Amino acid sequence: MLPALARRAATGLAVVAGVVTLTFFLLRLAPGDPVELLLGPTATPAQVAAQRHTLALDRPLAVQYVAWLGRFARGEWGTSIATGRPVRALLGEAVPATLELVGLSLVLSYLLGVAVGAVQAIARPRVDTALSVATVTLFAVPGYWLALMLIMVFTYWARALPAFGRAGLDGDLLAGGPWLADRLRHLVLPLATLTLIGIGGIARFVRGAMHDVVGQPFVRTAQAKGLAPFAVLWRHVACNALIPVAILLGLSFPALFSGGVFVEFVFAWPGVGRRLVEAVLARDYPVVMAATALSAMLVVAGNLLADGVVGWIDPRIRQRSDAS
Amino acid sequence: MKRLLRDRRAIFGAGVLLVVVAAALAAPLVSRRDADQPDIVATRFLPPLSADARGAIHPLGTDRFGRDVWTRLVYGARISLGVGALAVLLAIAIGLAVGAVAGYWRGPVRALLLAFTDIALALPRVVLLLLLAALWRPSAALVIVVLGLTGWMSVARLVQGEVRSLAARPFVEGARALGISRVRILWRHILPNALTPVIVAAALGIGNAIMLEAGLSFLGLGVQPPTPSWGSMIASGRDTLVNAPWVAAAPGLALVLVVVACTLLGDALQDALDPTRGSRAPPAL
Repeated sequence: MLPALARRAATGLAVVAGVVTLTFFLLRLAPGDPVELLLGPTATPAQVAAQRHTLALDRPLAVQYVAWLGRFARGEWGTSIATGRPVRALLGEAVPATLELVGLSLVLSYLLGVAVGAVQAIARPRVDTALSVATVTLFAVPGYWLALMLIMVFTYWARALPAFGRAGLDGDLLAGGPWLADRLRHLVLPLATLTLIGIGGIARFVRGAMHDVVGQPFVRTAQAKGLAPFAVLWRHVACNALIPVAILLGLSFPALFSGGVFVEFVFAWPGVGRRLVEAVLARDYPVVMAATALSAMLVVAGNLLADGVVGWIDPRIRQRSDAS
Repeated sequence: MKRLLRDRRAIFGAGVLLVVVAAALAAPLVSRRDADQPDIVATRFLPPLSADARGAIHPLGTDRFGRDVWTRLVYGARISLGVGALAVLLAIAIGLAVGAVAGYWRGPVRALLLAFTDIALALPRVVLLLLLAALWRPSAALVIVVLGLTGWMSVARLVQGEVRSLAARPFVEGARALGISRVRILWRHILPNALTPVIVAAALGIGNAIMLEAGLSFLGLGVQPPTPSWGSMIASGRDTLVNAPWVAAAPGLALVLVVVACTLLGDALQDALDPTRGSRAPPAL
C-alpha cells in the first residue's frame, strides 16, 4: 500500500510542478502587460519601467522563475498586482467559499446520482428509459445556462431566492438563525445548479456499473439461494458496483472544479474559480499563479483520496498493491 | 451497421445532428438577413412567434438590437458545430500520433510519452483553457487550437492500447516478415484497425467541445461579437433575462439538444462496435 501511495504522490507532485511551470511561462510569453493595465494609458515610459523594476518583472525569465518557485515553496505568494492585497489573504477568503459550494454539491450529487442509477438498474424498462432521458439531458446541460434559467425562474419570476453572492448586503450584521437562513438562501441556486449537472453523469455511470455486476454469476447464485432482493442488491451488487464509482469520484474533481468556475462566475460566488477568472482578465500574475497551483493541488489531492477510498472498499486492490 | 440502425439512440442522435448540420449549411435559405437596418426600438424584444411592423414573423423573437434570434441561432450553429468538429479533429490527430508512436515503439519512448499523457490528463482542463484563451486575442481559431491541445489525451491512451495489442497479432508479424518498413506497417496495417475506439471518442468529444466552446464564448474569451456563437448568445441574453428570456433560452436549448444527440450517438456506436459490452448492459434508451 505505502509504496503505491508514494508513487502516486510523486506523480501528483509532478502534475503540480508541470501546471505551475506551464502557467508561469504561458503567462510571461503571452501578450499583455500587468503594469500597463495597472498604471493606465497615461503612464510615462519611465513610470512603467520603474514599476516593472519594483515588481522585478525586468529580470530574465529564468531568474524570475527560480525566484518565484523558491518563494512559492516557502509560502510567500506575493501581492496581487491589481488590488495590492496579499495573495494569501485573497485566496484564503475564496477557498472556504469554493469548498462549501463544491464539497456540498459533491456529496449531494453522489448520494442522489447513486440512488438514481441504482433505481434504474432494478426498475422496469419504462421507468429506466424515462430516467435515462432525464439523466442524459442533465449530463448535456451547460452549468452557466442552467444557472441562468434557475435565476430566471426562482429570482425574477418567483422572487423567492437571491441570485448573487454568498450572503446578503446586511449579512455581516446578522447572527444566529437569521445569519444561517441568509447563507442557506444564497446557497440554494448555485448548489442546485452544480448538483443537478453532477447527478446526470454519476447516475449514467452507476447504472452501467450496476448492470455489469447484475449479469455476474455470483448474483444469480445469491438470488438462487433465496436472499431477499434488497439484500442481493445491497450486499452483492452495490458493494461491487461502487468500486468504479469511487474511481469516478477522483476523476470528477477536475470536472467539478471547472463546473464550479462557470457557476461561481454566474452567481458572483466569491470562490477560487471567480477569483481566477478575474485575475486572468486583469493579467494579475501572482494571483493567477497561486490560484492555478491551488486548483492543481486540489485536483491531485482528490485523485489521491479516491485511490485511498478504492483501496479501502476493495480488498483485492489493496492486496494487489501490497504485493507489488 | 445493422445493430446501429435498430438502435433508437443512434437514429435520434444522427437525425438531430443531420437536421442541425443541414440548417447550419442552408442558413441563408432557412433564415432571413435584413438588407436594411431594422428600426431597433420598434423591433427589439419581440416575443417568439410575433410579427414586427413590416409583417415579418420572428419564430424565436428578437434580441435587444432587434435581431432575429432564429437567424442568429442558425448562423451560430455554423460557428459552434464548426469549431467543435475542427477541435475534435485536431485532438484526434494529436492523440493518434502520440498513441501510435507510444503503442508501437517500446522502451523509453513509450514510457516517456505515457508519462507525459498521464500528466497532461491530470491538468485541470478548464483552468488551462481560461489561461490560453485569455492570454491571446480571442478568436474562433484560437478556441479550436486550445480545445485540440487540451483534448487529445484520452484518444492517445485508447489508441496506444489498441496499437499495442494489434502489434502482437500474426498479420503484423507476417507483414514484418515480408520486409515492410515499420512506418508503413503502422500506417497501412495497424492504424486502420485501431480506429474503432477513436470513432466513439470523436462522437462523445464533439459534444464536449461544443459545450466548452460555448463556455469560453460565454465568458467572452471565445468567438467575439457580433459573430453569433451559441455561447456568446447565451451571454448576451444574460443581461436581458427579465424582459426577453427567450434570447438566452433558445441557444441553450439548441446546445442541450446537440450535446444529447452526440452523447446518444456515441453510446450507441460504443455498443454496436463492442458487442460484448452491449450484451450485458441493456441500452440506456
